[in-house]
Amino acid sequence: MLGYILQRLVYLVGVVLAVSLLIFFITQIMPGNVAYLILGDFAPLDQVQALEESLGFNDPWYLQYWNWISGVMRLDFGDSLIMGRPIGPMLLDAVRNSAILAVVSIFVVALFGIWLGVFSAIRHGRASDHTVSILTYIVLAVPEFFWCIILIMVFAGTLNWFPATGYATLDNGVVEWAKHLVLPVIALVLGLTAHVSRLTRSSMLETIHSPYVFAARARGVPEKKVIREHALPNALLPTVTVLAIDIGVLMGGIVVVETIFSYPGLGRFLIFGIQQMDIPLIQACMMVVTVVYALSNLLADLIYMLLNPRIRYGQSVDG
Amino acid sequence: MVDTMTVEEAAPRSRRAPWSATLTWGTIGLIVVIVIALIGMVWTPHPYDGMQIMKRFEPPSATHWFGTDEFGRDVLSRVMRGAHLSLFMGACATAVSLAIGVPLGLIAGYFRGLREEVIMRGVDVMISIPPIMLGLLLLAVTTPTVLKTAVAVGLIYVPIMVRLTRSVTLELSAQEFIEAARARGERSWYILFVEILPNAWPPIIVEAALRVTFAILLGAALSFLGLGVQPPASDWGLMIAEGRPFLNQAPWIVIGPGIVLVVTVIMINLFGDGLRERLDPRMRRSPS
Repeated sequence: MLGYILQRLVYLVGVVLAVSLLIFFITQIMPGNVAYLILGDFAPLDQVQALEESLGFNDPWYLQYWNWISGVMRLDFGDSLIMGRPIGPMLLDAVRNSAILAVVSIFVVALFGIWLGVFSAIRHGRASDHTVSILTYIVLAVPEFFWCIILIMVFAGTLNWFPATGYATLDNGVVEWAKHLVLPVIALVLGLTAHVSRLTRSSMLETIHSPYVFAARARGVPEKKVIREHALPNALLPTVTVLAIDIGVLMGGIVVVETIFSYPGLGRFLIFGIQQMDIPLIQACMMVVTVVYALSNLLADLIYMLLNPRIRYGQSVDG
Repeated sequence: MVDTMTVEEAAPRSRRAPWSATLTWGTIGLIVVIVIALIGMVWTPHPYDGMQIMKRFEPPSATHWFGTDEFGRDVLSRVMRGAHLSLFMGACATAVSLAIGVPLGLIAGYFRGLREEVIMRGVDVMISIPPIMLGLLLLAVTTPTVLKTAVAVGLIYVPIMVRLTRSVTLELSAQEFIEAARARGERSWYILFVEILPNAWPPIIVEAALRVTFAILLGAALSFLGLGVQPPASDWGLMIAEGRPFLNQAPWIVIGPGIVLVVTVIMINLFGDGLRERLDPRMRRSPS
C-alpha cells in the first residue's frame, strides 16, 4: 500500500511538472507587451528594453521556465504586474477563502447527494422516486451562473434574507460570516448534488438486486441493517470516484460563483488576472488549481482503496 | 452496426430497446429548437438589435412576450437570434473533440506500445487541469471569438473521447474480424477507419450527444464571464450577463434566455439519453 502511494506521488509530480510546462508555454503567447503594460503605452524605447532585460525576457525559454518554476517550488510566485506586489501572500488569502467554499460544498454534496440517492433507490418506482428523478434531471440542466442569478433574485432581492455579494471575515461575527456563504454554497452544490444522487441511486439499485444482499435478507437481517451495512459500502464505490471528478467541476463552478458573488477567492483572482492580462498571476492561480486538483484526485483514490481492499493495485493496465 | 443488430435480434424480445418515449420527446424537442434557431437567423418578431429608448424595461406583454431590455430591444427576438450561437457552440465543440479525440483513441488502442504511451500520458496531463480552467487558460491568451471559444471547449473534451475510443478499440482489436483483415494484408489505416471505426461508433455517438449539452453550458458560462461571444451578439450566456445589473427592476431580461437555455439543454439531454438506451447494449442491463 505504501509502495502504491509512493508510486502515485512520483507520477503526480511528473504530471504537475508537465502541466506547468503547458501553462508556461500557453501564457508565453499572450498578446500585449508586458513591458508596455507596466510602463504605460508611451514609454521610451530604451526604458522598455531595459525593463525587458531585467525581467529576463531576453533569456532562452528554458532559463525563463527554470526561473519561474524554481520560484514556484519555493512558493515564490513573483510580483503581480498590475498590483506590483508579491503574489504569494495575496494568493494564500484567496486560496483560504476558496477552500472554505470548496470544503463546505463538497461535504454538502456528499451528504445530500448520497442521502437523496439512497432515499430514491429504496423507494424505487414510487412517486417520491419519480419526483426526485425529474427534479434532478431539471437541476442538472441549469448552469451555475443561472443558479446564482436566481438565488440573488429570490433570496437577496425579493426576500432579502442573505447579502447578494461580498464576504465577511470571522471578525464580523459568525452569523455574518455564514450569511455570506449560504448563497454561493447553494449555487455550487445544486448541480453536483443532483449528479451524485443520480449516480448513487443507480449503483444502489444494482447492489440491492445483487445475490449477496438477497442472501442477507434471506438470513433475516433487518432491512435497515441490510441497506446500511451490506449494500451501502459497496454502492458507494462509484460515488467516491465521481466525487473526485466533481471536485474538478466544483473548481470551475467556484470561478463562476466567486465572480458573481464578488467573493474574494482563487476563482475571482484568476478572472481578474485574465481580464488584466497579468501573466504571473494567471500562472500562479493555474498552478495552485492544478496541484490542489491532483492532490484531491489522489485522496479520492486512497479513499477508494480503503473502501475496497480487494483491488490489486499496480496490476491494473487501465490508462 | 451489423454487430449490434445481430445482438439485438438474438436477445429476448423484452430486452430489445424500442423507440422509447424519451427518444421521441427528445427528438421532437431537438427539432423544434433547431427550427426556431434557423428561423431566428432570418426572421424575428422584432429586429433583434433594434433599440427603442422609449420602450426600455417593458415587462412581458402581448407585443413583447419576453419583455424588453435596457436598450428597449425585444428579449424574445434576441433569444431567437442567439439560439444558433448556442447550438453552434455545442455542435462545433463536439465536432472538434471527435475530430481530434477519435483518431488518437484509435491509434492508441490499435497500435499500443510507444504511440499509446505518448497519447495516453498526454491525455493524463490534459485531464489534470479542471475542465473550465483549461478553457480559461486557452481563452486568456487570445481575444475571444465564437469559433475560438467553441474550439477551446472542444479541446477540453478531447481526453474523454480519446479514452472512450481507445477502450472500444482495444475490445474490437481482439476480435476475429480484425485478425482476418490483418491476415488479408490490409493496411493499418484501412483496418482503423473501415473495419474498427464503423463498429466503434455507437458508444462514441452516445457520448458525443451527451457532450453537446456540456459544451453548450460551458460555452454559455464562458460567454457569461466575457470570454466567449462578444457584444452586441445575443448569445444566451452573454444576455444573462448583460441583464444582471437590472435584476431588481427587470428580471425578465435574464429569465427569458435562462429558461430557454435550460429547456434546450433538457431537450438535448433527453435525446442523448434516448439514444443511449437504444444504441448502448450495456445500458439495458442496469435497472432503471
